[in-house]
Amino acid sequence: MASITIDETVCKGCGLCAEACPKKVIALSEHRMNANGYFVAEKVAPQNCIGCAFCAIMCPDCAITVEK
Amino acid sequence: MKVFEKTKMLTDAHLHYCPGCTHGIVHRLVAESIEELGLQEKCVGIAPVGCAVFAYDYFNCDMQEAAHGRAPAVATGIKRTHPDSLVFVYQGDGDLASIGMAETVHAAARGENITIIFINNSIYGMTGGQMAPTTLIGQRATTCQSGRDPAVNGYPIRICELLATLDAPYYIERVSTQDVRHVLAAKKAIKKALQNQAEGKGYSFVEVLVSCPTNWHMKPVEALRFMGEECTKTFPLGVYRDKSKGEGK
Repeated sequence: MASITIDETVCKGCGLCAEACPKKVIALSEHRMNANGYFVAEKVAPQNCIGCAFCAIMCPDCAITVEK
Repeated sequence: MKVFEKTKMLTDAHLHYCPGCTHGIVHRLVAESIEELGLQEKCVGIAPVGCAVFAYDYFNCDMQEAAHGRAPAVATGIKRTHPDSLVFVYQGDGDLASIGMAETVHAAARGENITIIFINNSIYGMTGGQMAPTTLIGQRATTCQSGRDPAVNGYPIRICELLATLDAPYYIERVSTQDVRHVLAAKKAIKKALQNQAEGKGYSFVEVLVSCPTNWHMKPVEALRFMGEECTKTFPLGVYRDKSKGEGK
């Protein structure tokens, strides 16, 4: 099964991954911040991931690893 | 099986760019292309002055910082003394199109066998959002607060078109980072530009449109939309020169 791992320490909460995801697997957290004070991207529907890596391709900070 | 992971050509340092700035994407594309070509041991990067001034911390190869705008001149020196090396220059629009215009044009006119990655975000990012040579007509900046007025500030400079008037350049293309499709196309162009150099073909230039959410005063997703809809009108994407296919002059 396809899955993604988000490195929250480097995430800046820009939301480009959530915008790129065709299956709406990712959304920005409304409550959780990282040490830099950014609301991090998190998986809201991990079961829908198809491993297309669109999120990782658009992530400017290489925070996402994709496995299939 | 890993489908996507961070390339080893990038260090573990955290990028200092603002949230949503697509500089990070271009860093990754350059790094991945070098790794895929298997040339990391021979690679020398030239870091500019501007937002990407700390690029030497991010690329896992030899790096040289150049004085403001002088990166193509430094690259010329390194490439001529070490012809076996793979020299790439990473410059922003203030660096390449403003203070470094002379070096840019003359390196292109000489047809130096180097690869130039030109980051065009149509504004001076690091210094706080001043008008750049590439600022769009009507676009606001701190030094043209009611929008760029051609009567006072002149018109944006299109570097790809300008360099395509010269005889020597081998490959000139403008790409964008507005969505996944365009990022993949940008990767292809950057890889080709590096490959051209490795094969000794000559001057290769790739202009990448990049967003600046901070100084455009937009959210990251809005900024990418603006880039796709507005920036590409002034800066049309496409190949301006490809001597391998006989395109351009």
